Amino acid sequence: MNSVPSISKEKIDLIKEKAKMSRLETIRLISKAKSGHYGSSFSCAEIFATLYYHVLRYDPKNPKWPSRDRFIMGKGHSAVGVYSILADVGFFPKDELDTYTDLGSAFGDHPDMNKIKGIDFSSGSIGHGLSVGVGMALAARVDGEKYRTFVLMGDGELEEGQTWEAVMSAPNFKLGNLVAIVDNNKVTVDGVTKKLMNVNPIKEKWESFRWNVVEVNGHDVEALIDTFDHLPPVDSEVPTVIICDTVAGKGVSFMENGFEWHVAYLGEDDMKKAIEEIERGN
Amino acid sequence: MTVHTDFHKDTWELYKSLEMAKQLTTGETLARLGDEHPEIVALCADLGKPTRIYEFGKKFPDRFFNFGIAEKNMVTAAAGLASTGKIPFVSTYASFLGILAAENIRTAVAYPNLNVRLVGTHTGIAMGFYGSSHHATEDIAITRSMANMTVISPADGTALAEMIEESVKTYQGPIYFRVSRGREEPVYGTDGVKVKNKIGKANVLRQGTDLTIIACGIEVNEALKAADKLADYGISASVIDMHTIKPLDINCVLDASKNTGAILTVEEHNIVGGLGSAVAEVLMESGVQCKFKRHGIYDQYSIIGKPYYLYQHYQLDGDGIASVAKKFLEK
Repeated sequence: MNSVPSISKEKIDLIKEKAKMSRLETIRLISKAKSGHYGSSFSCAEIFATLYYHVLRYDPKNPKWPSRDRFIMGKGHSAVGVYSILADVGFFPKDELDTYTDLGSAFGDHPDMNKIKGIDFSSGSIGHGLSVGVGMALAARVDGEKYRTFVLMGDGELEEGQTWEAVMSAPNFKLGNLVAIVDNNKVTVDGVTKKLMNVNPIKEKWESFRWNVVEVNGHDVEALIDTFDHLPPVDSEVPTVIICDTVAGKGVSFMENGFEWHVAYLGEDDMKKAIEEIERGN
Repeated sequence: MTVHTDFHKDTWELYKSLEMAKQLTTGETLARLGDEHPEIVALCADLGKPTRIYEFGKKFPDRFFNFGIAEKNMVTAAAGLASTGKIPFVSTYASFLGILAAENIRTAVAYPNLNVRLVGTHTGIAMGFYGSSHHATEDIAITRSMANMTVISPADGTALAEMIEESVKTYQGPIYFRVSRGREEPVYGTDGVKVKNKIGKANVLRQGTDLTIIACGIEVNEALKAADKLADYGISASVIDMHTIKPLDINCVLDASKNTGAILTVEEHNIVGGLGSAVAEVLMESGVQCKFKRHGIYDQYSIIGKPYYLYQHYQLDGDGIASVAKKFLEK
């Protein structure tokens, strides 16, 4: 990826810092629950940070601003990685996160749009996300709104049949205002996607469904910014999918690429090691 | 609104039958409301014409979306539309809506409490010989058990139109409308009973002293016919149109139990989990003494046949209901 002069070093450093914060907060919150999605949140930490600190248009003081960009987590189990960012950008006070997974808390493993400011749609049933995005993108068309709808999906999510109903429908409805982001971290709960239920070739599948396909390293902040900065115009007719090559558990050496860490719990010693590695950064 | 037809009762040809599906008023009602309510959008899944929601699409093509044969995507996209303030009306056959897309309705519509209106048509055994796969005798039970959900089975096209209008103008939360194939004789309207159908409020259509028949959907009209027949036997029957199954008009049920001491529920649905179950729950918890029977499909997969004969077979026509009621009272 060529360097893009318009992206300042400060911006890139900020996003890297926020991705680090997302990972550290993920560890802190899961340590409260003693079970949670580390690997699949770490794999999209840079994607989350790039979206919230560069791409998305939103107003934390007016979370339901009708013209805001929408962000849907098809892979809702990564919500733990987003909560700290929503607090950091001002949707709610950070100490609200201390209730994570407590009885009646707004903050659980999967996000609830009616309980958490800044969450555009509740999720938890893998495969719904892109369909919700199709609906939101259609609404923008009906209303003449210029917002974009972004949907984060896992590569495992591509195993769900409904996903392909949605993939088929978006170009049919000419939804150039819809952007799918595939966090291709290559693992699911039970194993490695390629072996368990091979979803490859991902790129060719989306191309054959008539999407504009972009591939990018999902941990390269500069490349992510460049990709999002060069999306086709909102009023274009072809939806875009950004296939992000990512590493499950990214940032903690002993977690990287291990499906065992998709849902797990770090004991005290391992937690210290993980925090050290994330703080050291790479 | 009386249906006039030159067709023999055996005849059911899809496109000809569309002209006869006059009680499927979703599309025309939405077309009428569409200018005043820009928040209305409509979605279908390759059954826009048989469900007649296409009537809205003809007038508002930019607010009408045909999703092809992909109900899960359609229902979930409707939820996305609703999250932006739209009131999406989704219509397809009930077997592909309340049953096939049940998880999408539960997770994407009912749980977030969104203003999606689902209109499942050709419910119960209305699809006749098209196959048991196309019958929907579980959709009340499924949707009724979803929190936030309102479940309505209107007696005819007038009732459907009135409650659709109410749902657009004043009602909050998701609704599952359960309607038949639209070829049935109407209960309400210019030629029928003049009652304004209101969500959650049952209509007492006939007052009797010996028995109350509580029905929903097209069985309301059959219950009225049954009441006529029962009068010939010297049995005086009340008839209640319990169009809203959830939230149930509890007071109406309790009044009926006190007034007649015997209740028969009638629905084209499995007797497990439907209108009969909802009424039974109220009666048991109230502690009133009342004879009670559920009539419908008796926990089996319905056989196929032309609808006219199928309703007869299951004693879901006027004569059949009268016969069931008579035996019930003799017990």
